[in-house]
Amino acid sequence: MHPVLTLVVQRIALGLLLLFAVSAVIFLGVAALPGDTAQAILGQSATPQALANLRAEMGLDQPALTRYFNWLGGILTGDLGTSLSNRTDIATAIGQRLGNTLFLAAWAAVISVPLAILLGLVAARYNGRWPDKLISGVTLSTISLPEFVVGYLVLYFLAVKWQLFPSVAMVFPGMGIMERLNAVILPVIVLVLVVLAHMMRMTRAAILNVMQSAYIETAELKGLSPMRVIWRHAFPNAVAPVVNVVMLNLAYLVVGVVVVEVVFVYPGMGQYLVDHVAKRDLPVVQAVGLIFAAVYIGLNIMADVISILANPRLRHPK
Amino acid sequence: MADTLLDIRNLRIEATSYPPGEPPRDVVLVEDVSVSVGKGRVLGLIGESGAGKSTIGLSSMAYGRGGVRLTGGTISLNGRDIRLANAKALRALRGREVTYVAQSAAAAFNPAIPLMDQVIETCLLHKVMGRAEAEARAVMLFGKLGLPNPESFGRRYPHQVSGGQLQRAMTAMALCPKPDLVIFDEPTTALDVTTQIEVLAAIKEAIRDTGVAALYITHDLAVVAQVADDILVLRHGKRVEYGTTAQIITAPVEPYTKALVSVRSIEHVEKADAPPVLQIESVTARYQGTPFDVLKSITLDLPAGQTLAVVGESGSGKSTLARVITGLLPPRQGQIRFAGRVLSPALAARSRDDLREVQMIYQMADTAMNPRQTVGTIIGRPLEFYFGLKGEAKRQRVQELLDQIEMGKGFIDRYPAELSGGQKQRVCIARALAAKPRLIICDEVTSALDPLVADGILKLLLALQAAEGVAYLFITHDLATVRAIADRIAVMYRGEVRRYGSKTDVLAPPYDDYTELLLSSVPEMKLGWLEGVLESRKMAAAGN
Repeated sequence: MHPVLTLVVQRIALGLLLLFAVSAVIFLGVAALPGDTAQAILGQSATPQALANLRAEMGLDQPALTRYFNWLGGILTGDLGTSLSNRTDIATAIGQRLGNTLFLAAWAAVISVPLAILLGLVAARYNGRWPDKLISGVTLSTISLPEFVVGYLVLYFLAVKWQLFPSVAMVFPGMGIMERLNAVILPVIVLVLVVLAHMMRMTRAAILNVMQSAYIETAELKGLSPMRVIWRHAFPNAVAPVVNVVMLNLAYLVVGVVVVEVVFVYPGMGQYLVDHVAKRDLPVVQAVGLIFAAVYIGLNIMADVISILANPRLRHPK
Repeated sequence: MADTLLDIRNLRIEATSYPPGEPPRDVVLVEDVSVSVGKGRVLGLIGESGAGKSTIGLSSMAYGRGGVRLTGGTISLNGRDIRLANAKALRALRGREVTYVAQSAAAAFNPAIPLMDQVIETCLLHKVMGRAEAEARAVMLFGKLGLPNPESFGRRYPHQVSGGQLQRAMTAMALCPKPDLVIFDEPTTALDVTTQIEVLAAIKEAIRDTGVAALYITHDLAVVAQVADDILVLRHGKRVEYGTTAQIITAPVEPYTKALVSVRSIEHVEKADAPPVLQIESVTARYQGTPFDVLKSITLDLPAGQTLAVVGESGSGKSTLARVITGLLPPRQGQIRFAGRVLSPALAARSRDDLREVQMIYQMADTAMNPRQTVGTIIGRPLEFYFGLKGEAKRQRVQELLDQIEMGKGFIDRYPAELSGGQKQRVCIARALAAKPRLIICDEVTSALDPLVADGILKLLLALQAAEGVAYLFITHDLATVRAIADRIAVMYRGEVRRYGSKTDVLAPPYDDYTELLLSSVPEMKLGWLEGVLESRKMAAAGN
């Protein structure tokens, strides 16, 4: 087997193992909370008999290990359980919410990743001169502001003052793609501003690091233009660190957007989670936690795999 | 001259230096250097490190490394002054009229791009020829430079080929766009001696066949004598002597040039046999997690107070042998006897006296010293550790040692950064000596030094040996050094001892094949040496 394939398979296997471990931690964490689901449903004043009956009905009288594997088995077959607060199927509710979150994250990523890399390359090209300082200054100030401040600033100017875009990011099933895009444009802008700086700084730093190499001098002595030196000779050798930071930020776009979703009243995973934590809806919290973990681990595996594929020493062994 | 390609007049090059704790100041790197290169001629630039040879070489592309500035004089290339040309004009000539071959091809090739794309990049960039034509030319050049499978060689990545092959690929890259001038910046210095001769021959033939002019930069006069038509000797950024190769080699005028020509003239007569201080007995060793032995049943003796030179190319196992003797790498089989007693294979189990009696000096004096300690602290540490010396007694002993390495009073409170390369190595010698060892392992201690400085270190080592009776295990790839210092010689090749005995025996025929190859590959300071060796090798090959 090609060594790269071995490495990739290893990474994926490790990722699955990690996800399995995380599921156990989530389950244990929730199980360790005082009270259980039956208690949460029936409230403080429930009789012991009623509690026992409900526990038996929900399978809560089983040992923890059995419950864990029942839960895990359910997840593998697409059954995430039933929400306590509104008795709906969690998988169905999450399906739609996850779709919305991914839609938002995907658009933010499509804009922010190329933009961040481009800005990073330009900043590296004009290292220490005004374009570099301008780019660094602007992106660093946007990352320094809390998301809700950026959110409200954007709302105030773009939605209220100039009335360019809708202030509330309302989306619903059956909406056309253009309408949908118009609806999410403000949260996308906020997310882009929030993740841009980190990726830009990393691209710039990785490029500047590579620019110290002897082969960059070779490229300069070939008569290549500075931008071509950076793009063709420096960037391919800076991919690994950049990809890692990009993936961290993509993960953040999925699991860390709670505040932005709340500001714009966007029906995504973040709001869903916040609502149900408030209601002590433990099955939902477990399910969402596991999905967020899966996103994180999945994106990190992807970063590893891309880094491996970008390394010519691994791709073309001796 | 009508056929002058490059004409440098009164060149002055400056840079800004930032000494720690002081305000930045401008330093002059090159001053008032004038030289010219005719079409198709080869000019050798020679001098020790810091002489400004690379700086002058790169100035012919109007390129200054780091903050280096070309501040005066004219650099005319093909009849126009390029010193103050704008960036666009410079990009048009770099890689087109002038190309560059770097010292370390391994670092100068981009690891992420296949070789062919890098080799033909200039051809496409400057629109010298189309892709198909450029690739055909590259394959032709690969073949001419003796690279294996020229047709498919370009598909490989830099890490997939050897250092010698990369150096040739770099030459092909420089010749591909049909430049007028190629700058060779120490192209063979990083190579093993047996590889060097092949690359040197390939470069020389390529220069002759393409009719290109060249600047050949090196610190090794014997090497440059094989390829250059004229030689410019530089020192401290100034011209020392300029003449034809024949004149510089056979009739140098300036004292500095004379010293360069006569370097490596130490006469060392081997000592009579003596009882061994170090006995290496059938030592076999391998690194953990690797499937093959790096040392295969090595048996060697080193008489007390004498020097055993271990010679070999990179990968021959000579540094591993040092690791086994010092206990850093316990052997799989065999043992080390020191002054009659068996040394414990592992470092941790050795007594303090065992540690004291075997000391080491390394190739890179720079990295072997703590940059934040003064010379006094560095040399004082073993005095304190092994002999418990403190305070004034320690300082006095440090000063004695400094006197022994001919460095005198002012150095005890200096930091390594304030010393020259040769002085740093002397401090390392003093530190080893401070432990009063019976054996010092010298691992390529002169390889990073300029020839004249290296000569001084060798003379010092010999004097110390005569005075202190210390034995040296001298690891080197340089046969001239071996001649200068050894009493006994072991030739190593791929983890085996190919030849072992007294210096006279080892360096006298009949040779085994490998020793013959090694000895005949050492450049000699005479015209036509390269052709002579290649011719006799060809004859020998035909004879077999």
